[in-house]
Amino acid sequence: MGPRARQLRARVSAQKNRVAKSARLDQLAAQWRRIPSGYRGWAPFLILVSLAITYPFYVANLPTNIPVILTLPTVHDTVTILVFVVMAVGLNVVVGYAGLLDLGYVAFYAIGAYTAGWLASGQFQQVNFHFGAVGVGSSETGIHISVWLVLLIAGVVTAIGGILIGLPTLRLRGDYLAIVTLGFGEIIPQFVRNADNLHGFDLTHGTFGISPIDAPGFGLTLHNALGLPIRYDDSFPPTPDRLFFWTVLGILLLTIFCSMRLRDSRLGRAWIAIREDETAAGAMGIPLMRTKTWAYAIGAFFGGIAGAYVATFNSGAFPSQFDFNISIFLLCMVILGGMGSIWGVVLAGTILAWLNVEGLANIGSWLNSNVFPSSHQIDVPKYEFGIYGVIIVLMMLFRPVGLIPERRRKREIEEGTRGSLDEPLYEMRGADEPGAGERGESGRIPRG
Amino acid sequence: MFRSRKRPALLSILGVVFVCLLVAWLIVNAIKTPTDFFNVLLIGITQGSVYALVALGYTLVYGILQLINFAHGDVFALSGLFSTTVILSWFGLSDASTTLGIVVGLGATFVIVAAFGGLVNSTIEFVAYRRLRNAPRLAVLITAVGMSFIIQNISLAIYGVNAHSIPPLISSNNIFTIGGVHYAWDAFFVILVTAPVLVLLSWLVKSTRQGKSMRATSQDPEAAAIMGIDVNRTISFTFVLAGALAGIAGVLYLVEFNMRYDTGFQLGLIAFTAAVLGGIGNLTGAVVGALLIGLIQAFNEGLSWLAPGSDWTRSLVFAILIAILVFRPEGLLGERTPEGA
Repeated sequence: MGPRARQLRARVSAQKNRVAKSARLDQLAAQWRRIPSGYRGWAPFLILVSLAITYPFYVANLPTNIPVILTLPTVHDTVTILVFVVMAVGLNVVVGYAGLLDLGYVAFYAIGAYTAGWLASGQFQQVNFHFGAVGVGSSETGIHISVWLVLLIAGVVTAIGGILIGLPTLRLRGDYLAIVTLGFGEIIPQFVRNADNLHGFDLTHGTFGISPIDAPGFGLTLHNALGLPIRYDDSFPPTPDRLFFWTVLGILLLTIFCSMRLRDSRLGRAWIAIREDETAAGAMGIPLMRTKTWAYAIGAFFGGIAGAYVATFNSGAFPSQFDFNISIFLLCMVILGGMGSIWGVVLAGTILAWLNVEGLANIGSWLNSNVFPSSHQIDVPKYEFGIYGVIIVLMMLFRPVGLIPERRRKREIEEGTRGSLDEPLYEMRGADEPGAGERGESGRIPRG
Repeated sequence: MFRSRKRPALLSILGVVFVCLLVAWLIVNAIKTPTDFFNVLLIGITQGSVYALVALGYTLVYGILQLINFAHGDVFALSGLFSTTVILSWFGLSDASTTLGIVVGLGATFVIVAAFGGLVNSTIEFVAYRRLRNAPRLAVLITAVGMSFIIQNISLAIYGVNAHSIPPLISSNNIFTIGGVHYAWDAFFVILVTAPVLVLLSWLVKSTRQGKSMRATSQDPEAAAIMGIDVNRTISFTFVLAGALAGIAGVLYLVEFNMRYDTGFQLGLIAFTAAVLGGIGNLTGAVVGALLIGLIQAFNEGLSWLAPGSDWTRSLVFAILIAILVFRPEGLLGERTPEGA
């Protein structure tokens, strides 16, 4: 057989192979199409969730020398990451849906964490109240309520806090609201720092924070019946981290679910209407104050749960956790992901929170050993917030709709609306265009 | 938008009660410890003057763009830190320098740092805000927050995390001492610089052609453009002016205190509160508001009877901010606008 024939034969068999392969693919595709289209959209989601649930089992086997990022986050750090994502999804309700710029979301985080501190620790030694707490001896002083209940209570307390903050401030528009929320975000951390001696009463234990805080768990009865863990923190590592991880994953999924359902609800549509044009929404009969306060309360609710969960995970609530920077960090997640877009916020939240807990340090050490000469080493994590600043500015300049834009929001940005904050600073239209020379509603009364 | 909203009577009464309590508290303190009271009063005025310069920057920019320039406080800090380089490295000034050397050196420092502040501030405008002229206002506001962090990190990269200070160039000897009330030269120096700057600014805005175009642009940019005013140039000029004021404030701040890369953020928020207190967009209001905030801060930290103390200063300032926005969003000297209602 000559070389030519051999070549020909090889080509034919390759062709055959290809045909067989494509037939198999066709078969697969046909089966895929047989699944109703309503379920098909869930496939990527289900794959992602199952990957996430099994993460603790394979993370230890993953390579530790991946270029640039070096390692994937440990299970311990993923808990922190997911808590931040929960908060970002909560903030998305306020900023993304209702269009209210909240620069003090950290206040909700703090309220949630301290509620957990008050209700599930030995902080108040004067009293001795136990309710469903696991692994706490009945002789221990302080208030010890079951952590599951505390999470819920923290959410509700924070939502009430959100309403209290919202009632006086939500009458204000746009940038005034931003600055007032910022004020609350500054006051509350300072309050918890200083409130260790309110006329002799130690409310927050000052800069030391409240610690330790009880861990969640299911108690002996459920342990014996279903094999659920008695108390998250009493088994050996890495088990506690895994338990905390699965729980926060559940909380996140629940948050995402609520957030999606809310968006499509009557209330959610009212938020979006207010975001697009407050005046028109009001004219259509939407109760502005009530609707906006709901956005605040629900955003706060998620922030409170996340705060309480962090407190029980770290077994402490410390004032240094509640920096103004956290508010900006969360805002950055919402902007990067796309205001109003849940999946965008989840994606951006995961990326940024990972950068915060591990990523920047890893990338920094990779850069220092591979790019920068040893004489010019740069401490990358030091510039974390500068990097977020750059991300915020670049996104606003070049892709204001975010990584995964929400359809509606995208249209709003492209076509423009007449909402209070969606109104351009200046409309420099040509003189022959319709609407040229019209002042928007933010037209100001002349002042010196 | 056009419905008239009467302020709830309860809120008005609460506001009046609050002010009465404040005045009563001051009077009691003044009677109990008069020396402390007047010492603290003088400190408050000095502090307030620095705040006034920064607050004016907020108000100028807000007046023309309706934008809270979050980066302004950080421009102040960067300029202040830059002034330490100018004073220490360029001019090599120290407390041992001759009087003439200090006067000329400081004079030149003010000019250089003001120019630097103006340059930084207008660069921010040129790079970020100008491109967003037709963007939603929320976008510009968020960009300003981002710029604030960028400038802060530039300060961090250049000057590190340590606090910087300048040698005591201005003597801290007392000008006069009346019955235990002291007034030092360095405190007087702050007023000595601030007062002419304020006069100059007022003249610039009220009487010059550039000032006129600034006022026109803040009233109605389209009409101003039709009248032949270069709106973009006017806005840039406003940012230069605001940045220059921040620069001068930065040097004055260093005369009395240390400065760190993140000083500007806190001080910027306080100054912004001052601007809102006075009525944002109103130049006189910013100065009045800043003096009030300076006094409140000094009284809080310096008085002894029922004063919460310096731990609570920030909370107090923000509580005031929130209270103003709730009770009187247009500020003390501002006019009612739909926005603030």
